[in-house]
Parts: sequence; structure tokens; C-alpha cells
Amino acid sequence: MGLFLLSGVARAEMKLNLQEPITALGRDVYDLHLLMTIVCGVIFVAVFGVMFWSVFVHRKSAGYKAATFHESTTVEILWTIVPVFILLGMAWPATKTILAMRDTTNADITIKVTGYQWKWGYDYLKGEGEGINFVSTLSTPQPQVRNEAPKGENYLLEVDNELVVPVGKKIRILTTANDVIHAWWVPALAVKQDAIPGFIRDTWFRAEKTGTYRGQCAELCGKEHGYMPIVVKIVTEEEYAVWVDGKKKAMAAAADDPNKMYLVEELTPRGEKVFAANCAACHQANGQGLPPAFPALVGSKVVLGPQDGQIDILLHGKTGTAMAAFKHLSDTELAAVITYTRNSWGNATGEVVQPSDIKVARE
Amino acid sequence: MAAIPGGADHAHDHDHHQPTGIMRWVTTTNHKDIGSMYLWFSFAMFLVGGVMALVIRAELFEPGLQVVDPDRFNQMTTLHGLIMVFGAIMPAFVGFANWMIPLMIGASDMAFARMNNWSFWLLPPAAILLTSSLLVPGGAAASGWTLYPPLTVQMGIGMDMAIFAVHILGISSIMGSINIVTTLLNMRAPGMTLMKMPLFCWTWLITAYLVIAVMPVLAGAVTMILTDRHFGTSFFNAAGGGDPVLYQHIFWFFGHPEVYIIAIPAFGVVSQVIPAFSRKPLFGYASMVYATSSIAILSFIVWAHHMYTVGMPVAGQLYFMFATMLIAIPTGVKVFNWVATMWRGSLSFETPMLFSIGFLFLFTLGGFSGLVLSMTAVDIQLHDSYYVVAHFHYVMVAGALFSAYAGAYYWLPKWTGHMYDEKLGKLHFWLSIVFFNMTFFVQHFLGLAGMPRRIPDYSLQFAEFNMISSIGAFGFGLSQLVFLVVVLKCIKGGEKASAKPWDGAEGLEWTVPSPAPHHTFETPPVFK
Repeated sequence: MGLFLLSGVARAEMKLNLQEPITALGRDVYDLHLLMTIVCGVIFVAVFGVMFWSVFVHRKSAGYKAATFHESTTVEILWTIVPVFILLGMAWPATKTILAMRDTTNADITIKVTGYQWKWGYDYLKGEGEGINFVSTLSTPQPQVRNEAPKGENYLLEVDNELVVPVGKKIRILTTANDVIHAWWVPALAVKQDAIPGFIRDTWFRAEKTGTYRGQCAELCGKEHGYMPIVVKIVTEEEYAVWVDGKKKAMAAAADDPNKMYLVEELTPRGEKVFAANCAACHQANGQGLPPAFPALVGSKVVLGPQDGQIDILLHGKTGTAMAAFKHLSDTELAAVITYTRNSWGNATGEVVQPSDIKVARE
Repeated sequence: MAAIPGGADHAHDHDHHQPTGIMRWVTTTNHKDIGSMYLWFSFAMFLVGGVMALVIRAELFEPGLQVVDPDRFNQMTTLHGLIMVFGAIMPAFVGFANWMIPLMIGASDMAFARMNNWSFWLLPPAAILLTSSLLVPGGAAASGWTLYPPLTVQMGIGMDMAIFAVHILGISSIMGSINIVTTLLNMRAPGMTLMKMPLFCWTWLITAYLVIAVMPVLAGAVTMILTDRHFGTSFFNAAGGGDPVLYQHIFWFFGHPEVYIIAIPAFGVVSQVIPAFSRKPLFGYASMVYATSSIAILSFIVWAHHMYTVGMPVAGQLYFMFATMLIAIPTGVKVFNWVATMWRGSLSFETPMLFSIGFLFLFTLGGFSGLVLSMTAVDIQLHDSYYVVAHFHYVMVAGALFSAYAGAYYWLPKWTGHMYDEKLGKLHFWLSIVFFNMTFFVQHFLGLAGMPRRIPDYSLQFAEFNMISSIGAFGFGLSQLVFLVVVLKCIKGGEKASAKPWDGAEGLEWTVPSPAPHHTFETPPVFK
């Protein structure tokens, strides 16, 4: 073990069981798993106790002479029937837990979770905070991933915008996806639900403790699958009210006027941010891409060609490739990122794409 | 095969007319030659898939990206899975079937000798397609071996190559299975009724039916992906009226029986080896046959337990949970029967027996983690986590692979005419079992703590166990080279093996000399 202590990073102890649950259902799952493990362990020890007894006693080298029996109907019936009862005993608590798990009625707050390649979008649909929406992206800096900087405590499990919900309330989560299947998984909440493009699924939780809980996308969703964490912050009701208030004000302030006409210099800084959050994973921060799967934008025919072509690809994606549709971004964001790509890394069209152009293209 | 170079009619495989050199192998219709080619092919693919596993474990040795970029990493997990399932384990057991079924039932060869040649020679092109897809633009398929859409629709040409490879491998397995069924049902020696067949033959009879039933289903599923990719269909695209989840239902309708296609022949091998080294007949032969058949039938009605998190009605979750738990009963019967076979036997512990006991012990552990996973509520927590990775490697590696080793050591004297090096064989076993557990046991803890599968990088809380697992994986990988040494040594020379080198072994295969002559049982033996 000495080897592992040398790495010099303070780490959590080596956990041997499920994460400590903070919901009643999570405790049921935890107990059910423990019960199963113990029952299986006992049977395992019993069966292999018999086998190892045989291995040590019934040896040819110890001069043991083989018996000749090769069947016994009584014994065989017995070891078919007994497991049936053991299984029935296990099925009972398991069934109760599932029935509780699937009851998503009477939620206090409903939040739609959308999986994108590779980030999570959150829309507060009903209940306190209704109307809030934001996108949550990995915030671990790239140098940490590339081993150029020491890794932080929450390496790969930290995001720019956490999902904030109040303690003690029933939170219903609707999952869907924009491109491929993702899965929303927070172990401490005992919640995992696939997010399937074109369909809505649901799950729920009611947290009993405040704190920050972390999870990850659980369904392979492409190149950056390992880099789309989930962070849920459980706060008191008062804190939640304050957060909702602040978030709404911030959203109002950040709302863009879709009819404003911008200059290149106004849009490119915004575009750079949008690019970093949405595009850089594939096309890289320097626009060189990772050909051939992820083409370079520098000198690209699409980027330097007619604006309509580029707008169309961003709005609808390109079938048969990893290029997803980005119509969930706002008109201003799309205009900014297109303008940015047309005026960066040596691309110098000098052209500005206005939010109104995107609006027209959407229709 | 009608036009063999030279133009001579080789319909009857006369020894003195046989082509030599490479053409001997290309044109052979002899079940022993074809069996050997299957076994060598599967071992080669096992090493290729193993190297991919080591790339994966090297990347996961420490947090951060060191060895491959995430896209390559996904290609590695995908190809590792496809190659190990379709290229290594399945052909290995078809190899055993080819070599041993005619010898065990007293038949002169397989029923369709030329089709047998063709079903083998389909494999190398498929292997080349799979491995060379790493070199094409966009790289190999990177969607996991389950090939879930819509992700598979995004991939490049590597995906099409994987689909084509799956088609070819499927055709090969189906032809191999038709051959096995026909041989077993029609070519048994006089006096050998079905219920007197060696258990290995029974397990293959059942497996062959599974293969014939489900490989076309997989072929259909991947063809639908192909048309979604290139011909504008929308089977799995909600925007066109399809459903991505439909694919998962079809895939796992194939995928769950596939698990038993791999496991059931392994049961068969172990059921030959344990009685031989216990010097006592197999306990509960009839109940073994019934239990194996029940497992096969149940395997068709439990597929959605791989899909508890996709969102299905609670009635569906309950049904699939109960059905899955039922599998524990026949599986338990088999384990109890094996233990009862050993009970009050006269045991000795040559390498085949060691691998069989290793199989029994670790496969049961994998069975228990499977029982834990059958509980829907628990599975939802553990689905797509490292717990699942640990679970199926216990079943696939400690189950299928260990039993294949047991079979290989058991029959090597029959194949080569020499005894293998017992010391090296035992070394191979002990290294394998220690490093196997070092690699995979800790992965249970990783999954419980919340580490998803198929990720190239992970948070710091998972670092220690991943490091242990990676060290174990490299140890396990290198240990397998010991096996190669044992086999090569055994082919070159060694103590001469008698017709029946194991005093407790039973069956017709031990009535022919070692090495088994090129043609055996040209007149069927009489089985009493």
C-alpha cells in the first residue's frame, strides 16, 4: 500500500460499499444490497466450505478411496426447493423498494434534465424556481487532465453551474437528450435514469441532508463521456429562495435583445466563451480540430463559405458525423460563435452574423 | 471446395492425396485440423483483445490522460469486447466442439465437413475487418460492444466495418452450430442414446440451438443500424418515428442468450474434467441436462434486466427481476452437482482440475454478483458501473476462459500425444487466479463507490483501486504467455501420452491412441 501513499494527493479512504445515501429510498437500496451481499456470502461460505472440506480430506494423495454414488433424488429436490424460498425472501423487500422508486407523483419541484454531448442542461419546469434554466459544464481545467497541473480535490466532479434544490422536497427529474443516450446518475441520491433523445423519462428524490453531491453521466455518449459530471447542491428552503431570486435577476440581466445589431469586436469575446463551452472539445481551442473525425475550422470551406451553410449546420447538425445540432443555444450565442469562428485563428472574413440572421434561419 | 487445385476429386479425404503446406490447412475438411485452427485463431484473438485490455488498464492506471485520447480509449473498449466475445471465447469452444464431439460420440467427422472448413475460414476476414478498422479515418467503432444507437449512427466507416464483421462472425457461428446439431443428432455411435452422451455434447447441443436462435436477431439489429446510417431509415431515431430503446430490446434479446452461449459449453468442459479427477461419476447427470436446458430457455425471457434504467413500466421491472432471479435455481443445481461430484471422490489436482475448481469458485462469485444485480433497485445504482464490469469478467474470464484452459490441459495429451509440463501448467493456474482477482475483485468496490464504466479518466477517490486493478491486469496478461509456452513445449515433445493418460477419465475419446490419428472411428464403435 506504501506505493499508493506516495502519490502525494490527499484522497478519500478506499470505500468498500455504496456511497452513504441521503434519501429514504437510497437507504432501502443500501440495506437491500447489504442484505443480498450477506445472504450470498453465507451461501458461498457454506457451499465452498463443503467443497474445500472435500479438497482437503477426499484426496487421492491421502489414500482416500472414491465412493460410487452419482445421484440422489431427495437431495436434488431439496436443493432446488430451498433456493426458491431464499429467493422469495429476497424478492419481497426488493419489490417494495421498486414500487416506491417508481412513484413520481406529487412532486414539489419538477426539473427537466437534458443531456448534450457533453454537458447537462437544466430547466426548472414547475414549482419554486419555475423558469430558471442553465447549462452545466465540467469546470476542471484542461491542464489538470493533461497532467500539467496538480489535480484538485474534486477533479472531474466539478461544474460551472450546479443544480440547486431544497432539502426535504420531492424533486421530480424528467430526463431527455439532444443527441445520443446519456444517463443522469447521482449515487448519493440513489438516482440513475437514462436520458433518451426524443423521449422523456422520469425519476425522483427527496434529499434529507444539505450538502453537495456529485455524480456522472453513466451511459457511453461519445468521446467526452467521462467529462460530463453532475453536481447537485442541496440547500435549506431559505437558501433556495435566495438562490432562485438571485438566479432570476441574473438571467434577466443576461437576457439578450435579439434585435440588437452587433459589431465584430462585440460578438467575438462572447463567441469565444460559447466556443470553449460547446465546440472546443472536438474542434479544439485553436480551431485545428482532430481530423478526420473532428475537422479543423481554420481554413474550413464551411466557415469561410456562405453564412447560411454554417448557420444550417449549427442549427441542425450534420447527419452521419459527430456534429450535433446546437439549436438549444440562443440566437445571440449562435451568432457570436459563428462570428468568432469566422474571425479567429487566421480566418479573417470580417463578417458579422447577427442574432436576427439566426432567427430568420430558424424559421 | 469442389475445385481443389490440381483438379482431382477430393470428395474422399484420402491421406495420400492431401495437399501439403498452407493448402493443407486452407482445404482441410478434417475436424481435427479445423478444431486446431479454431483453437489457434481464438488464442491469437485472445492476445489481440488482451493487448487492448492492457491499453485500457494502462490509461486507467492513474487519473489524468496519459496513454490514449478518449476517442481511442472508446475504440479500445469496443474492440476488446467484440474481439473477446466473438473472436476469442466463441471460436475457442467451437474448436473444442470440432475436436472432441466426433471423438466423444464415435463419429468419423463432423456432419458437414466442407461447411466446417468454410465456417472457420470466415473468421480471419472478420478479424482483419475488426482490427484494421483502427486504421481507417475516424478510427474503429467507439460505441461499446453493445453498439447502442444513436451513438453508432455518428461513427465513421469503422462502424460499418464492425457491422460487416459481426455479420460474418454470425454466419460462421450459425454454420458451426448447424453442423454440431446435425452431428450430435445423427452420428452417435450405436448404443449411445441422447441421455448417455457425455455432458460436454449435451451442453453444445443446447448452445448450438441458442446460437441458431439469436445470431440472426443480432444480425437484424446491426443491419437496422446500417440502414439508419446510410439509407435514411429511422428505426432508432425518434425524429423519424423510431425509438433508440427498440435497439436495446433487440440487442439484449440476442445478448442475454449470448451470455449462456459462452457459459454453457464451459459448464460442459468442467462437467468432463471434475469427474475425471474426482475418480467418481458426475453427480446428477440427468438433472445437469435439465438444469442446462432450463437456463437456456430462461435466457430468452430475461433480456430487459440489462435495461432497468431506460425507463420501463414498474410491471416490466418486476417481471424481469423475478424471471432473472429464477435463473439462480438451475445454476445453483449445477454448482451443487459439481460439489457433490467431488464429495467423497478421490481427488487429485492436476492443472485441468485446478482450473475447474478455479472456475467453480469464481464463476459462483460472478453468479452471486449477478443475483445482486438482478434486484432492480440495486441494479439501478450499479448499472453501467464498474460493479457490472467486475461481474461479467468473473463470468466470462473466470467462467469461460478458465474452463477453456481446463479443457485445453485435459485434452492436450490427446491432441499432441505428449504430456504437458505439469509444473508450468500449475504456475499458469496460480498466476492467473491471483492476478485475475487482483484485477477484478477491486472493481466491485469501484462500482459501488460510483465509478461509471467506459471512462478514460476518473476522479481521485477511485485512484487506489484502479492502480491495483491495472497492476493485476498486466500480471494476468503476462501470465497467459506461460500457457503459450506450455502448448508449444507440449507439441514439440515431452513424455509420451498413453491413450488414456488420466486414470479417472471416461469416454470414447480415450479409446483412440494419443495423438488421435488423422482419421478415427471410420467404423463406429459400439457404445454400451
